[in-house]
Amino acid sequence: MTYVLRRVAATLPVMAVVAILVFLLIHLSSGDPAALIAGDTATAEDIARLRGVLGLDQPLWNQFLRWIGRLAGGDLGTSIFTGVPVASLLAQRLEPTLSIALLTMTLAVLVSVPLGVLAAHKAGSWVDRLVMIFAVLAFSTPVFLVGYLFIYGFAIRLGWLPVQGYVSLAKGFWPWLSHLILPCVNLSLVYIALLTRMTRATVLDVLHEDYIRTARAKGLGVVAVLGHALRNAAIPIVTTIGVGIAFLIGGVVVSETVFAIPGVGRLVIDSVQRHDYPVIQSVLLLSAGMYVLINLLIDLSYRLFDPRIRA
Amino acid sequence: MTTVSLAPAAAGAAVCTPTIRSRMRRWLRKHPTLIVGAALLSTVAALSVAAPWIASHDPQALDPLARFRPPSAEHLFGTDAMGRDLFSRTVWGGRASLSVGLLVAVLATSAGVALGLLAGFVRWAEGPVMRLMDGLMAIPDILLAIALMAVTRAGLTTVVVAITVPQVPRVVRLVRSLALSLRERQYVEAAHALGTPLPVILIRHVLPNMITPLIVQATFIAATAILIEALLSFLGVGLPPQIPSWGTMMADARNFIAIAFHAALFPGLFLAATVLSVNLIGDGLRDALDPRLARQL
Repeated sequence: MTYVLRRVAATLPVMAVVAILVFLLIHLSSGDPAALIAGDTATAEDIARLRGVLGLDQPLWNQFLRWIGRLAGGDLGTSIFTGVPVASLLAQRLEPTLSIALLTMTLAVLVSVPLGVLAAHKAGSWVDRLVMIFAVLAFSTPVFLVGYLFIYGFAIRLGWLPVQGYVSLAKGFWPWLSHLILPCVNLSLVYIALLTRMTRATVLDVLHEDYIRTARAKGLGVVAVLGHALRNAAIPIVTTIGVGIAFLIGGVVVSETVFAIPGVGRLVIDSVQRHDYPVIQSVLLLSAGMYVLINLLIDLSYRLFDPRIRA
Repeated sequence: MTTVSLAPAAAGAAVCTPTIRSRMRRWLRKHPTLIVGAALLSTVAALSVAAPWIASHDPQALDPLARFRPPSAEHLFGTDAMGRDLFSRTVWGGRASLSVGLLVAVLATSAGVALGLLAGFVRWAEGPVMRLMDGLMAIPDILLAIALMAVTRAGLTTVVVAITVPQVPRVVRLVRSLALSLRERQYVEAAHALGTPLPVILIRHVLPNMITPLIVQATFIAATAILIEALLSFLGVGLPPQIPSWGTMMADARNFIAIAFHAALFPGLFLAATVLSVNLIGDGLRDALDPRLARQL
């Protein structure tokens, strides 16, 4: 229990640093944040009024405390451009983004773990070579290039799947899924590459251990041996999956642009172009929070996979 | 003293030259990824450097009468929605990509080395520096770069800075972990005991022992930087429109995939080839220079 508490406490300084960085972001700009937010057509009075509304006339530490206080109360602020609370703006955009994230990661894990184990099992063979060549190619090819190829091939030429857009799950399973297949397969390629390399490397390491040799010597079948190896290679693989989920938002931004899906990623880009800082700050905070939370869960799950850490 | 120690070394070098060359050749044959990567990258680099001379058109010149031309002798890669020559834009775009990759790799590595050494050798600095890096690491690199572009005006400098900042923590962590083991080495402790000033110890004894992993790390950062620059420009928050970039070209082509797929294909292929080549060089260098590192990075 103290271990869990210690791990939880360790996340606090990280989140504090993130909060300070995110808060300081709009003060980083060379010009007056109020002028930047107000835009090129604003008059001097507009800017002064906006400064008052945003509390930018207060001392910096005072602004920070007020901001943190509001955040602690669950208030992410109000979007400057739309006038809508950021929380409800995000809520509207959450379904498409969550759908992409979930489907992409599931697909990536289902494909890459068996592929990585296979490559490790057949290390040095042409199967292994092929898997590794695929991995380095998939890792280096920009998401939008493959996305365009998919759209051109499967949607425009063959007409199998919709070109772009998103349909809510509430309107039926197939319409929802059909709009997600191309973006998710597209986005998962990068993670498949990353995870396959990771799985191969760690399983390969474990396969050299003494207990694997013992397991083989006592006549255990290939599948059972690989099962043993995979369980012992689980920690780095789970870590990679976790970091992958936390960083998925970066890829989602691109996918949502390529396939014109109105999710959180598009919201970020639109907000950048509108200088809508409360939205950008909220997304930064939430994704950093996600990263910290996932890392915490991974840390705690180590004890599940490796009894030695329990001590 | 200096002359005495220099003479045999110089003589040795002269004698060794042929062996070194043959060893180099054998070494390269053992690492095919390095050769493929280097060949690909030099091709792209040569085309980019030669852009002012080989570009058949002004990369920004509009020609409303020649929109969506397929590849031909006049327009090697065809033209885009505004009649701009895609071959000229592609080779000019390579300049932007490669400069960003190189600049970010150098800047992120330098900043990372400075901060990492500070954290590794100056006790009071370790906590603050590493907490700051933990915070930066928690924000996805693409998202942080996008957010930094939100507060600045689009330009080459701001794009380079926005891409560099999220990469620095990776270098800091590497440098600090290397520093922690190096500072326990006897030759470092001996230098300390002799009263050698810290900067001299760092430059003479510590940095040379970090060069190999740093080069490998810098290569991977260059590949990431090239990819992120293209992503930012693709998303419309990267380089300004007056600088041709592969990402911008891909974004311009988005609404015309059905009628002019070539407008997306060529910049996309060049981008993929460039990132692939740099990644291959990184992989090759890592395996060739330090087999132990292969498992860490």
